[in-house]
Amino acid sequence: MNVLELRGVRAAHDGITVLHGVDLTAAAGRVTALLGPNGAGKTTTLRVAAGVHPASGGRVLLGGRDATGADPRALARAGVRLIPEGRGVFPNLTVRDNLLMMTRTGRTREEIEEAAFARFPVLARCAARHAGTLSGGEQQMLALARGLATDPAVLLLDELSMGLAPLVVARLYEQVAEIARQGVAVLVVEQFAAAVLGVADRAAVLVRGRVAWRGRPDDGLRAELSALYLGSPR
Amino acid sequence: MDGFAAFGIVGLTTAAVYAVIGSGLVLTYVTTGVFNFAHGAAGMMAAFAYWQLSAGWGWPVPVALAVVLLVLAPAFGLLAERALFGPAQRLGQAERLVMTVALLSGLIALARWVWDPNVPRPLPTFFAGRAPLRLGPATVTWHQGLTMVVAVAVAAGLWVLLHRTRTGAEMRATVDDRTLVVLAGGDPVRASRAAWILGTQLAALGGILIAPTVTLDAAQLSLLIVSAYTAAVFGRLRSLPLTFLGAAVVGCTESYLTGYLPQNAYLPGLRLAAPALLLFLALLAFPHRRLRGSDERAGRAPVPAWRGTALLAAAIVAAGTVLAAVLGEGDLVTYGPVFSLGLVALSYVPLAGYAGQISLCQLSMAGVGAVVWAHLGADGAWWALGAAVAVAALAGALVALPALRLSGVYLALGTAAFAVVLDRWIFTLPSFEVLGVRIALFDQGSVELAGPRLFGHRLDGGAELMVLAAVCLALATVAVAALRRSRYGRRLVALRDSEAAYATLGGGLLVAKVAVFALSAGIAGLGGALYGMQLRSVTADQFSLVAGLPVFLVAVIGGLGAIGCGLFTGTAYIGPVNLLVALAPGSQNLVALLPGLAGLGLARNPDGLIPAMRAGVRRLAQGLTARRGESEVPVEWWGVRRPWRPEDGEVLARGIAGS
Ligand SMILES: Nc1ncnc2c1ncn2[C@@H]1O[C@H](COP(=O)(O)OP(=O)(O)O)[C@@H](O)[C@H]1O
Ligand SMILES: [Mg+2]
Repeated sequence: MNVLELRGVRAAHDGITVLHGVDLTAAAGRVTALLGPNGAGKTTTLRVAAGVHPASGGRVLLGGRDATGADPRALARAGVRLIPEGRGVFPNLTVRDNLLMMTRTGRTREEIEEAAFARFPVLARCAARHAGTLSGGEQQMLALARGLATDPAVLLLDELSMGLAPLVVARLYEQVAEIARQGVAVLVVEQFAAAVLGVADRAAVLVRGRVAWRGRPDDGLRAELSALYLGSPR
Repeated sequence: MDGFAAFGIVGLTTAAVYAVIGSGLVLTYVTTGVFNFAHGAAGMMAAFAYWQLSAGWGWPVPVALAVVLLVLAPAFGLLAERALFGPAQRLGQAERLVMTVALLSGLIALARWVWDPNVPRPLPTFFAGRAPLRLGPATVTWHQGLTMVVAVAVAAGLWVLLHRTRTGAEMRATVDDRTLVVLAGGDPVRASRAAWILGTQLAALGGILIAPTVTLDAAQLSLLIVSAYTAAVFGRLRSLPLTFLGAAVVGCTESYLTGYLPQNAYLPGLRLAAPALLLFLALLAFPHRRLRGSDERAGRAPVPAWRGTALLAAAIVAAGTVLAAVLGEGDLVTYGPVFSLGLVALSYVPLAGYAGQISLCQLSMAGVGAVVWAHLGADGAWWALGAAVAVAALAGALVALPALRLSGVYLALGTAAFAVVLDRWIFTLPSFEVLGVRIALFDQGSVELAGPRLFGHRLDGGAELMVLAAVCLALATVAVAALRRSRYGRRLVALRDSEAAYATLGGGLLVAKVAVFALSAGIAGLGGALYGMQLRSVTADQFSLVAGLPVFLVAVIGGLGAIGCGLFTGTAYIGPVNLLVALAPGSQNLVALLPGLAGLGLARNPDGLIPAMRAGVRRLAQGLTARRGESEVPVEWWGVRRPWRPEDGEVLARGIAGS
């Protein structure tokens, strides 16, 4: 079932349209990868889906209901989790307080900590440290933990692999695949496809604000991507 | 021993007040990221309001307290958040700093307007009727005890709020990343409102507790902020326990200096200046990585064209000549400072506009220039004007050395502390001898200044001095324009954009910074000497930190990056003020508010008015000649699809430095 659906979404930055009608779906229990070069509009797409960037056209459907222009806080409480580009943590808060911040979504502090520490035991060991002092991989784990510990319906991940060692990325994506198997709709944005193709069930390629290709991540996608990144005829 | 304990009690009581105010400062800083210079002024307003209700109108103390702490203070905090700091969220750290400086300056002016500073306003201490408690060798009055108990309660309450509640976590999270708070279902707006309300309440509490033990004076109470900042800087603006420790250090230092400082003419000022000195030391002793280079958005510093500069200089001289010709002697004294204070404002252009160093002690530098001229230039020798510039430049270089460790708002704080040290101590010293050279300052009162000699004739009339000041401003404006166009000017702008990038370009940070501080202090010193000549006689008060704030604000409103800043500030600061007062006598209080009010409007126009005015003129001109706007040519085609321009190199260098 398509939990999240974007229909002809358009969006602009400072009056310049950067999304020209994006159609995209994320189904429960699946990992959908959204790929594309720098500046294609991937981040903007996720931000529109999470309600923190206004859509100037099209519709955002959540569980079949229209959620275009909804308050991002309401979306967050309804189970949409965006883990933004960079590190989605509060650097000056301790790991514990970072988790505490998620209690607005309806779970208690104890439940969240239990779930987070069970999934990422590393975090339990540095619970009292400021998040800004953690390593890049640990920060992403914390960001993921913040997202996962509160029963998300839709998980939106923006460039999870940025600046991390391949081994760490592989491990993070194992967690992502597992959360998807539990019935969450996962939409993953990556610029470099290798990181995510191992776990993705579906893929779409965004080029200059339009979906240029969509399908299963197979040889067709690889050819499309190499054409895209190596600058062959578009 | 008894004395020791007694001074300790006094010190800890003062410390308790500093701690309450300082913790409010830390609270607003950690939750909103705003470095609030007006925090002490909020406490000052609360103290006056409390006086008004309890002593003025005779309301019962508990009612007056409740109204101030539970109604007025929260309302003020909420208003500040809604009207000023909420909308200023997008602005850089520097602009928000200027807004708090404007609020500080405006509140002082407002308080002086509402509560005539010449009327004494005694406030009884709390529980004044009860006999003091004896604790071993010391006696503690109920007021002192109450103050300390309140501080401890505040400490405990704040710690629990910030570290044990979700609201507290949300307040701290909001300053890290507002969007992320929203994504977690939280409400950053509510969090920062709560912080402003609570912070203002703490300032009010501190103001009310200290008011009965000091004179109720708007500027003095507002400058409690210096002590509170010292405490907060001990805690690196983050840690509440260290803030309390810092408050104890400041309070006890002040108290023991009162008790044990040898009695002579040189040291009383040291006690008054002690918090500022400690602030200076604390700023230097603690590293502040978090704020370094955190300024997202530097203002513009356009390269002035020669033709425009020449026109501006000619206009300044012409204006000076015309004013000198048409004004009577009395008006000449009133309007004379247009050009001399213009020079002080112009000194901000290289320093703040180009190099991005915000200094709040430029008027103090002008004071140094005035003093040097007063003593060396009594017989009108020109070399003494050079000496005034040189000594002021030296003082500027002296500020620059510690300032190398500071940047952004910390630099502003450090230079404000320096200005307070000058106001309260150095400028109040009687003359003294160093290595056989007699150094005289304001001679503990006022000093007389005479005009210089030109071809045997003394320039002493108001008209002559006005023209002289105009010529000096014109020359300095041309010099600053030349500086901006020079290699050194481009380097300064690069320095502002990124200190790290500047260092990688092989730039000597030390030399560049010291030179720009010295240069701008020299310009300010020249302005100060001329200002003094025009006024004939000056006191240290005319060069204090508080007196310098409106000049700074008007300069910022004009636009620190524009060479027209000097003329604009002089005209805007002196002109309308005196015109209004002349038209409507009795409006001078309203007029004193103007710079503050205008500074608060900065959020609308962060680059200042001059660029906006110039853009307006340009648009008009373009409309008249119907020239089509040049279409954007991508960077890589510069010099190919359109001719290479001289300023392109700099744009590219800045782009590279900024990326
Ligand atoms: N805050 C912003 N202001 C103006 N333009 C922006 C902003 N953020 C992104 N853009 C522009 O929108 C386009 C899409 O950006 P983005 O969604 O971040 O792309 P991606 O994540 O695929 O790299 C880019 O051309 C970018 O320049
Ligand atoms: Mg992106």
